[in-house]
Amino acid sequence: MERVPILKIGDILLVSIQLDMSDQTAVQLQEDLAERIVATGCHGVIIDITALDIVDSFVGRMLSTIASISKVLDAETVVVGMRPAVAITLVELGLSLNGIRTALNVERGMELIAAARADELDHQLDDDPDAETATP
Amino acid sequence: MTTGVDLGQPQAQAVRSDEDVVRVRQLVRTVAVAVKLSLVDQTKVVTAASELARNTLVYGGGGTVEVTTVENGRRKGVRIVFADSGPGIADLDLALTDGYTTGGGLGLGLSGSRRLVDEFEIDTSAETGTRITVTKWSR
Repeated sequence: MERVPILKIGDILLVSIQLDMSDQTAVQLQEDLAERIVATGCHGVIIDITALDIVDSFVGRMLSTIASISKVLDAETVVVGMRPAVAITLVELGLSLNGIRTALNVERGMELIAAARADELDHQLDDDPDAETATP
Repeated sequence: MTTGVDLGQPQAQAVRSDEDVVRVRQLVRTVAVAVKLSLVDQTKVVTAASELARNTLVYGGGGTVEVTTVENGRRKGVRIVFADSGPGIADLDLALTDGYTTGGGLGLGLSGSRRLVDEFEIDTSAETGTRITVTKWSR
């Protein structure tokens, strides 16, 4: 069985799916990512699907599951690079990709994760009465 | 009801493992490109084939997929037959409902793939298993 590589860039894990995944490979990726999130303490996961020419219900569910798992592990997932034909097909298939954030490319995905992280840190400061208030 | 004439020999792919589902996708893509389906239509028919081949494997216990080029006058198309000798589909109307599943999936395979193709035909019984024929035409 082939495996999808996971790269660490700063505080982000980057997964670029470059092969036509079997269902088993997709499930393995889910498990590998959960382990890497915990091992690295990364707060963001970017899944690049630029090279995927289809996303069926199995891969769609895998993406949703990864997003949920990483949420529980305090990491934000962004799916980037979806092809227009894939988006059209997904909607017609009836798949809504619940809970998944998307961005057009890796760069915007990284911005989205950075912004989400900054928001979260702000909230943590707001919640803590002893912390100095962040200057607006 | 299926229309059109078959062109040439069907290409067959056995479906016995995950890897075979990947091979079915690749075979259908090759034929869809050969009959000049648009990129969106290629994507739709390959996605439908992926869903149905997985059903053949998971619910039918494996089977075969046959891909043929068809023609009806001015248009060409790709026809795919998914056949298994599994237990059949007990309640077809229910199985074609969005969100209904007996296998722990999303319940979109059958209903969703029907929306992605132009023609969709199911023949199913407990004795002979399930045979699904789908066709996608060029525009």
